[in-house]
Amino acid sequence: MEEALFRAVLFGTPILLASLGALLAERSGVVNLGVEGIMALAALVAFGVALGFTPLLGLLAGVGVGVLGGVILGVFTVTLRANQFVAGLAVAALGLGASGLLGKRYEGVPLGHPLPEGGLALLALFLAFSLHHFLYRTRFGLYLRSVGENPKAADLFGVSVDGVRYGALTLGGGLMGMAGAYLSLAYRPSWTDGMTGGLGWVAIALVILAAWEPLRAIFGAYLFGLLFFLQFRLQGSVPIPSEAFAAMPYLLVILVLALSGRTRAPKALGVPFERGR
Amino acid sequence: MRLELDPNPTSGKVFAAYGLFLLLALFLLGVLFLAYGVSPLRAYGLLFSPLADPLGLAEIARRTIPLLLIGAGLALAFRVGFFNIGAEGQLLMGAVGAAYAALFLPVRPWTLPLMFLLGGGLGALWAGFAAWLRVHFGASEILTTLMQNYLAYYLVVYLVAGPWKGKLVFGFLYTDRFPEEAQLPRLGDTLVHWPTLLLGVAAAALLQALLFRTPLGFAWRVQGENPLAARYLGLPGGRLLLLAALFSGLLAGFAGVGEVAGIHLRLLEPAQISLGYGFTAILAAWLARGRPLFVLLTAPLLGLILAGGDALKMALSMPFRVVDVVSGLLLLALVGAEALSRHRILWRR
Repeated sequence: MEEALFRAVLFGTPILLASLGALLAERSGVVNLGVEGIMALAALVAFGVALGFTPLLGLLAGVGVGVLGGVILGVFTVTLRANQFVAGLAVAALGLGASGLLGKRYEGVPLGHPLPEGGLALLALFLAFSLHHFLYRTRFGLYLRSVGENPKAADLFGVSVDGVRYGALTLGGGLMGMAGAYLSLAYRPSWTDGMTGGLGWVAIALVILAAWEPLRAIFGAYLFGLLFFLQFRLQGSVPIPSEAFAAMPYLLVILVLALSGRTRAPKALGVPFERGR
Repeated sequence: MRLELDPNPTSGKVFAAYGLFLLLALFLLGVLFLAYGVSPLRAYGLLFSPLADPLGLAEIARRTIPLLLIGAGLALAFRVGFFNIGAEGQLLMGAVGAAYAALFLPVRPWTLPLMFLLGGGLGALWAGFAAWLRVHFGASEILTTLMQNYLAYYLVVYLVAGPWKGKLVFGFLYTDRFPEEAQLPRLGDTLVHWPTLLLGVAAAALLQALLFRTPLGFAWRVQGENPLAARYLGLPGGRLLLLAALFSGLLAGFAGVGEVAGIHLRLLEPAQISLGYGFTAILAAWLARGRPLFVLLTAPLLGLILAGGDALKMALSMPFRVVDVVSGLLLLALVGAEALSRHRILWRR
């Protein structure tokens, strides 16, 4: 039982980190659908750097990839005001493709000194509480929420809508990068093509399930973690084909979306901000 | 410096914006090729090599077929405001339906039409489910259709590795070969299954006429442009959305039938049935700007990229993920160019 909970937390940690990142961006009004790709590329870069230098530097590199992904998405969605969904999907494809293309030589290479899973899990928990504090107890959190709800009003009060959105995208991207690095440096610790296995999409669905609240995301992530653990445990011991287990996270996302489809999203979510319109 | 809205850009400016972003995409692609350890010039050459000989052109045509069918449907769906990202899954469901009719139903002269009916129906069902979830539960179809792709993927893997695995294929993961009556005719020695190609051309023309020449098309366009106005007009928004979703799913299903009945002649692993057609067709539809007929131009263009990606894979033994990279970059370039061309750059504040 205790082992189950412990594994659930460890498996829930990348989901939690990635969904915190997506949540932060969405609270400012920008959808980042690139999570899966950012995680995949961050996992690869983190792994490569960890092999060449140290795991801690690898973690930083993974975060860096996420930040870069956030900036790229910002250029398209904030500065150019392009369609957020299409740009996000493009980033997802690009990240998945680039990691699969460049990562071949790392397949099957073990990592000598992995990062401690427990420590990173605690860090993720701490970050969730910090994000809650930031959003509801600080001036910048208020700015960020107001930009997500009513950018026109925030703009009139002198808040830089574009600046806040860039900030949220880069910080959020950093969290997604950390999620990817956690997979390849601590959880596995190795690299394989497609190792993110749909966790990025689960993270996006979790943001909706958690109604855009960081503290609820903690429970959601651990719940998903528990389900994944059970899937892992039951596999082989019950007469259900393994493909059904592999398909489970995706089915779960659909279920979650159907059950919580009408929860209230930030009002300006997905809408580019254009001054004077 | 800041950007300001420019609602009526000149065609020169639009052209320049697209040119700029496409060059940027090519440049970034070159950087990635370098990182992989291949000379970018050689890689570009290979990417465009299918244009040089008749065999290459046939390869392009073969890939154009699914892109045309799916792209025409998606152009309609996007126009109506149903963001179907799940054509890949709908294609796979179409392949499943075709394989069932070919392998498990008695062979008759009408086996081929039955395959299209069953495959198209399954594809439409798969897309319709997402539309139903959106209309009744408010679930974003962008995510649900994407997730359904994975479900279809694992369904096909399960079928070809389990109950449908061929009796005469030992280590391989595919079904038995389809009977003669369940195979589409091809053009000469090529893999161009021309009946499906004709179907694609007809579908593009039909959807174009439906969208721009009928009351239904008008309702569709109002719903897509301004859902609120559609509601005031008393248009049945949910049903319009569902109908557009069914159409795009049906065509994606047809594409799946064409792939298994025209090329592979059996159901096999999903990654081999579709080379990311569902995703690439999004580009074709996006490029066509919501006009199904324009897909007749954009589908061959993207067919070239897929054929070129295949040439890269063959010649340099690159992982096929390279196609994801090319289409991701292309998609970013297109969406960026579209956005930039709608804006004026002001150098003063």
